[in-house]
Amino acid sequence: MKQLMLGNAAVARGLYEAGVCFASSYPGTPSTEVTEELSRYDDIYSEWAPNEKVAMEAAFGASLAGRRSFCAMKHVGLNVAADPLYTMSYTGINAGMVIVVADDAGMHSSQNEQDSRHHAIASKVPMLEPSDSEEAYEFAKLAFEISEEFDTPVLLKMCTRVAHSQSVVETGERKLPEKKPYSKDIKKYVMTPANAIVKHPLVEERTAKLMEYGCKNSVNRMEINDTSLGIITDSTSYQYVKEVCGDNASVLKIGLVNPLPDDLIKEFASKVEKLIVVEELDPIIEEHCKVLGLKVSGKDLLPITGEFSRNIVAKALGYEEHKGISLDENMPPRPPAMCPGCPHRGLFYALTKNKCTVLGDIGCYTLGSAPPLNAVDTTLCMGASLSSLHGFNKMEGGERAVAVIGDSTFMHSGMTGLANIAYNQSASVSIVLDNSITGMTGHQQNPLTGKNIKGDPAGKIDLEALCRAMGFERVTVVDPYDIGECDRVIKEELEAKAPSVIIYRRPCVLLKNVEKKPPLKVDENKCVGCKSCMKLGCPAISVKEGKARIDNTLCVGCGVCEEMCAFGAL
Amino acid sequence: MENETKNIMIVGVGGQGSLLASKILGYLLINEGYDVKVSEVHGMSQRGGSVVTYVRYGKKVYSPIIDEGEADVIVSFELMEAARALKFLKKEGRIVTNTQKIDPMSVVLGAQAYPENLEDKIKEKGIKIDALDCLSLAEKAGNIKAVNVVLLGRLSHYFDIPDESWMKALENNVPSKLLEINKKAFEYGRDA
Repeated sequence: MKQLMLGNAAVARGLYEAGVCFASSYPGTPSTEVTEELSRYDDIYSEWAPNEKVAMEAAFGASLAGRRSFCAMKHVGLNVAADPLYTMSYTGINAGMVIVVADDAGMHSSQNEQDSRHHAIASKVPMLEPSDSEEAYEFAKLAFEISEEFDTPVLLKMCTRVAHSQSVVETGERKLPEKKPYSKDIKKYVMTPANAIVKHPLVEERTAKLMEYGCKNSVNRMEINDTSLGIITDSTSYQYVKEVCGDNASVLKIGLVNPLPDDLIKEFASKVEKLIVVEELDPIIEEHCKVLGLKVSGKDLLPITGEFSRNIVAKALGYEEHKGISLDENMPPRPPAMCPGCPHRGLFYALTKNKCTVLGDIGCYTLGSAPPLNAVDTTLCMGASLSSLHGFNKMEGGERAVAVIGDSTFMHSGMTGLANIAYNQSASVSIVLDNSITGMTGHQQNPLTGKNIKGDPAGKIDLEALCRAMGFERVTVVDPYDIGECDRVIKEELEAKAPSVIIYRRPCVLLKNVEKKPPLKVDENKCVGCKSCMKLGCPAISVKEGKARIDNTLCVGCGVCEEMCAFGAL
Repeated sequence: MENETKNIMIVGVGGQGSLLASKILGYLLINEGYDVKVSEVHGMSQRGGSVVTYVRYGKKVYSPIIDEGEADVIVSFELMEAARALKFLKKEGRIVTNTQKIDPMSVVLGAQAYPENLEDKIKEKGIKIDALDCLSLAEKAGNIKAVNVVLLGRLSHYFDIPDESWMKALENNVPSKLLEINKKAFEYGRDA
């Protein structure tokens, strides 16, 4: 059946048809929907793992058990899972194993713009790169074939524009391979130095064989047209090249980006007069061509930062850029903001009021760095808030420093940072923003919510008990809608000068089961236009003609602004 | 079928329902026999920020996104977002927009002003703009969230696609309990 499918849904369909039986992932934009889509099939087991390393190792275990397995993550998640990846390259697999990694050129929803192809090269693991949904579907199936033929996990690299674009896919039926029995094989699976030393040359041999495969298989293909210009390209860049050049240039489209097909590249180069590599982010194919001794252009014409577009590629290739109409008008930008009724808002107000240094983390609460709250001092990576607060406090960075971390991020990699505070004893105030969901990626369950990926009852970790078991004597739970209490507890814990944990607990207001109250009304007779309510930075509140106004299409009646008003006008 | 790829850009503010609008459009166009690509942005940008969705259709579509000077139609859920997206419009292109104004945080805080008379300023540039109070029409249809379908109703004017195909697209993409409201919203937009 032909249908319009999101790239991530197409990957899920391909994995499903290839007989995947096990999926374990940690959500991360733009990779999340692959696992969400897979969770809708009842004949495969799927789960959210606490982090990407756990997910990958769980998928390794499932492969060992003899079933085709899968895990997905965003580019930065692959850093977390790099440890198992690099050694799984040596052990290989039992049943096929596919790892989806989704890059985010343009940083639509990420803290950096790293190019995951580096990980494939460094770990010596093959990497496939689809350029639209149809290929995402085909490559997902192909990835399992390569995995089992070459005894290796296979990376399937997505990017925002392939993951979150819909295009036409013709789907088929699921074929379930026979379960491969597990048999003990110490030399294969126990990577002691003695065994790993034997394995490494085999990995290099495998790479050579994969290179040969890439030269013969249609996963990499030449489209020979006009030979005055030859373009080597991969992923979504291929689409921009075709959009610009149509059949006016010859193209070598790379689908297996690691290892690159040396002989095919040389053959293509010999057919064309001029060679240009069009690839987003780092010059990986370009530098490889240079190592092969080829004269090639690339990053001298195209940007190394951000994502490409039709016009960027047109300009680089000497084609006309399309120009639009501009309005001579200063248009205020519209960056993302914390939602009306967001439980994080009251806490951030209290932190700002107490002039706290706030070591932040990855999640919706990163938006606490925006005006007017300007509350967050740092955002680095998952879990960094708690670990860096410890270092900051040990070196006396400031009197009023705290760390904020969400519930899901805490389970991902915050626990180890908290263990360091407990073990090496810094007088750190660690704040867990428990909104009972993984928010920013679009509401996924986690080990603190008590529900599994399908929303059914699951194990639930007791956060307070966990903190106490680590040795924290000071563990307080506060409702972040009560800003008076937020303020009081922060003051108290900062003054205590001892390791402490404050849990601010209230479910995300966007959750379907969270009751919304009617919008608040402003009593114009009482409102003096003092703008105290504006300090919260709630998108539903504005002041017009000297009076506060509530936008009743946005307000969910959380009542936090009521606490701010000294005149009872709200 | 025309060889040329047509481009529809949908712009708005996170949470206004543009993903459903692009889903309905994609379904409609693929059933009309076109090759279609729809590109969306998920995640962080959705939290009350500017959101952009690209819908491209034709005989064979390559790029999933629309670049400056390429949109045949801009469908906008909010007036300033229409003005912001103007550089993506072809010179002979058309804007179909909701007249609703939503203040971004810098305007709410009084640091910047919401630009005035945007509709007139766009017209002065010689651009065809079809501006409609979709919020009121959605409310009249029974749900303020149906702004997206009111806009699609308006957009249907500029397509040579029969009403039955639009209705089929609605039926297959809107929850059945909201179908009647959405059909009404579509008609109000179309006939406004």
